Amino acid sequence: MSANTWEALVEELLARHPVDGDRLAFLRARFDAGLAWVHFPVGLGGLGAPRALQAVVDAELARAGAPDNDPLRNGVGLGMAAPTILRHGTDAQRRRFLRPLWTGEEVWCQLFSEPGAGSDLAAVATRAVRDGDTWVVDGQKVWTSLAHRARWGILLARSDPDAPKHLGLTYFVCDMTAPGVDVRPLRQITGEAEFNEVFLTGVRLPDDLRLGAPGEGWAVARTTLMNERVAIGGTPLPREGGPIEPLVRAWRERPGIRTPGRHDELMRHWVRAEAARLTAARLRQQLAAGEPGPEGSAVKLTHATLAQRITGFELEVLGEEGLRHDDWTPLRPERTDVSNRAPTHRYLRAKGNSIEGGTSEILRSIIAERVLGLPR
Amino acid sequence: MTTPDLLYDDTETDLRDSLRALLSTVDQSGAKLWRVLAGEMGLAGLLVPEELGGAGAGHRVAALVLEELGRAVAPVPYLGSAVVATTALLACGATDLLRPLAEGEMVAALAVPFSQSPYERSPYDGAAETPGTITSVADALSADILLVPASDGLWAVDAAGVTRTPVVSLDTTRQLCDITLDGASGWRIADAETGRAAVRAALTTGAALLASEQLGVASWCLDTTVAYVKERRQFGRAVGSFQAVKHRLADVWVDVTQARAVARYAAARAGEAGREAEVAAALAQAHCAPVAVHAAEECVQLHGGIGFTWEYPAHLYLKRAKASAIAFGTPDRHRSALGQLVDLTPA
Repeated sequence: MSANTWEALVEELLARHPVDGDRLAFLRARFDAGLAWVHFPVGLGGLGAPRALQAVVDAELARAGAPDNDPLRNGVGLGMAAPTILRHGTDAQRRRFLRPLWTGEEVWCQLFSEPGAGSDLAAVATRAVRDGDTWVVDGQKVWTSLAHRARWGILLARSDPDAPKHLGLTYFVCDMTAPGVDVRPLRQITGEAEFNEVFLTGVRLPDDLRLGAPGEGWAVARTTLMNERVAIGGTPLPREGGPIEPLVRAWRERPGIRTPGRHDELMRHWVRAEAARLTAARLRQQLAAGEPGPEGSAVKLTHATLAQRITGFELEVLGEEGLRHDDWTPLRPERTDVSNRAPTHRYLRAKGNSIEGGTSEILRSIIAERVLGLPR
Repeated sequence: MTTPDLLYDDTETDLRDSLRALLSTVDQSGAKLWRVLAGEMGLAGLLVPEELGGAGAGHRVAALVLEELGRAVAPVPYLGSAVVATTALLACGATDLLRPLAEGEMVAALAVPFSQSPYERSPYDGAAETPGTITSVADALSADILLVPASDGLWAVDAAGVTRTPVVSLDTTRQLCDITLDGASGWRIADAETGRAAVRAALTTGAALLASEQLGVASWCLDTTVAYVKERRQFGRAVGSFQAVKHRLADVWVDVTQARAVARYAAARAGEAGREAEVAAALAQAHCAPVAVHAAEECVQLHGGIGFTWEYPAHLYLKRAKASAIAFGTPDRHRSALGQLVDLTPA
């Protein structure tokens, strides 16, 4: 993909669709022009171009004032469902799902964890029984972010209870509007209900919603999980970006909170945050240079520790203000975004960072076994 | 501000291979190894421009050399002569001394305590009475020339004319000495202002590149410990199969991965004019020094009994790591300096 080509495509898109016109029409046209995710194939929102070009295209469109697809509203869809559908879906599935997913017309959720299958995900007990051209699904899923907004869910279910644990699973796209899908809010440590319990009772899914072959659900799920962990470290941050940003802002704006003891602790956090940022930058350089390293699993682990330590320190530094929360009502947030909430909310929400998407303990075991080669 | 390239290029990868081969074969008597590194391989002149007799290769390559020397805790004066003293001489424009240094015919050392940070004054600089001795100087025992910072500038002193008393050093692979200067002859190579800037530049670059040596120490400790816990069996299984051991080593791996990014960043910025090189150096010491100490401490602990013995090399790495964490200023000193540099002031 030469530089001229994408620039011409951007120019043509902007010429035909005014940025202050219909938002959805613009996003659809952007997808059709291959400017949605340039590393995807032509015809599926991409140009078959290097991943690194995306940041350039995004910046160019942002400069022109173009609307974006509000990615925080559809994190599971963009970060996890899309790469899984691209890798394992049929041609018809790719054409059906990817465009409205990218534009945000259809929000996605993840139906993986269960009360009895958290870290041991392959132990899922939700059953999928084949009945001619449909599958009948029964079970309970939990920790399902945004299920109350979702049109579709990526679902891992047991299709063969007699096969060994990892070989009896099948991966589906679950129609969240189907009869028998019951979404109930699950209130969390912050007081809000970002998550849900999802009860599946006699849910009938046509066989063309199956992703990958029956019995190969675990392999498909691994694609999803790998992309989840990569996505967390994927966005480049500026220095002092991320969890440390409100802390250093408060430090500079409010001389009253400064003490010598706190200063050394502040700088410890600054050093850790900058080291983590440079590590993520080096990982992206490795990926761009075609020498993927195993650093990806470390990025999520470090992010969780950093976010928890920094938000905890921030509360102490704020003193009395750290005693006051903004809102305990069971809000139903639409976006995975905490920047407009109180410091107490940041502190509490960060507790989830070392649990969601693989606990820090599981990530350490993955590093020890798959990177360092230590015996199981 | 875009992030510079933090990876290793092909030249660096090739050099790593030949260094690792060399360091695993040459017996570790420092003098012989130094002759090969500085004389035959020309590595003492990496920071010296070609027109002054060096290789003009730059800080990234010198950092790679230090990484490998750290992995071997090699007892050679590379950091003191080829990095610190060389940087001071470059800043003073003392070209007549640079050529023999670059060609490996001469060794030089900056005569300040190894613990001196870039943010403080040298013992002879500004003192009411000049001290009789300068204590705990690194890489000075094998030096031909000592660079002595004084109130009136930076002096080059013939090392043969001073008294050098070896110190029983914590780090036995980087021998320190006390220097008594009374009656020594020398010549001034920079005035007070230039000399002070040269010392600061030398110690800043030393701090920046020491991070790569610490990275080498930490990665040896990690690799060696991982190999050991795969072999060592207790309770009928490899001790590396216990989760308590696995998770500690996973944490060391994360630390080393981060230290690599930070050390490469410091190497990429080293020698640049302006504040960012100082930020990178302070960050590098604040981060990489504790990583090396932690990796070495875990190495001793996870080796169990053998890790506590004199015959097994783990103690050499622990001593190198701990001494290096004090060299060029302790991590808290660098955190404090970093606060000033990035406008996060203590009060």
